Amino acid sequence: MAGKKVVDARGSFCPGPLMELIAAMKMVEVGDEIEVLSSDKGSANEIPQWLKKVGHEHLGSVEEGGVWHVTARRTK
Amino acid sequence: MEPNKISVIVLSDKREQLQMAAMVASVGAVSGADVLVFLSMNALRYFVKGAERRAPPEGPMGELMEAKKVMPFQDLFASAVELGGAKVHPCSMAIDVLGIGDGELEGYVGEPMGLTQFLDIAAGGQVFSF
Repeated sequence: MAGKKVVDARGSFCPGPLMELIAAMKMVEVGDEIEVLSSDKGSANEIPQWLKKVGHEHLGSVEEGGVWHVTARRTK
Repeated sequence: MEPNKISVIVLSDKREQLQMAAMVASVGAVSGADVLVFLSMNALRYFVKGAERRAPPEGPMGELMEAKKVMPFQDLFASAVELGGAKVHPCSMAIDVLGIGDGELEGYVGEPMGLTQFLDIAAGGQVFSF
């Protein structure tokens, strides 16, 4: 069963949240989900673009109270 | 298809320039590009072990980045190497002029590189200078 990891990157500015996601991506298994919490709007836009470029899956982005929850699945 | 090749020349000792150089290097490297960073001139001293890590701002943006504790550029260069396989090399001329010895630079910085080798590697790719 696929796991899910939460990366709390609140307070970090671009490209910090993306770097934290990538570091976490190396630690999880293919098929696992990672949810990044970011207070940086630029990163909320940047992360899905990176996921598309490198071929991982963007499962969705939701903003709640100034915090973006960007969820991805490692595909390879 | 040939992999994207990005070469980043880093010369400035100002926070904004160093930060942008590190952002280009790190995002480029984790996005699949072959990234080469060439450290020279006034930038190199920030990569000496134990040296002052904070570069002076050249304007209000640099002051804001310091106040808001934006990730230090040195940490971003380290991420470029660790997460994206970037190569970071000091300019051999700057090493000689500054008198920097073996093992005195941060661990993620490679061996000194001359301009002939740098230009050979950079040929045909994107080159950014800060």
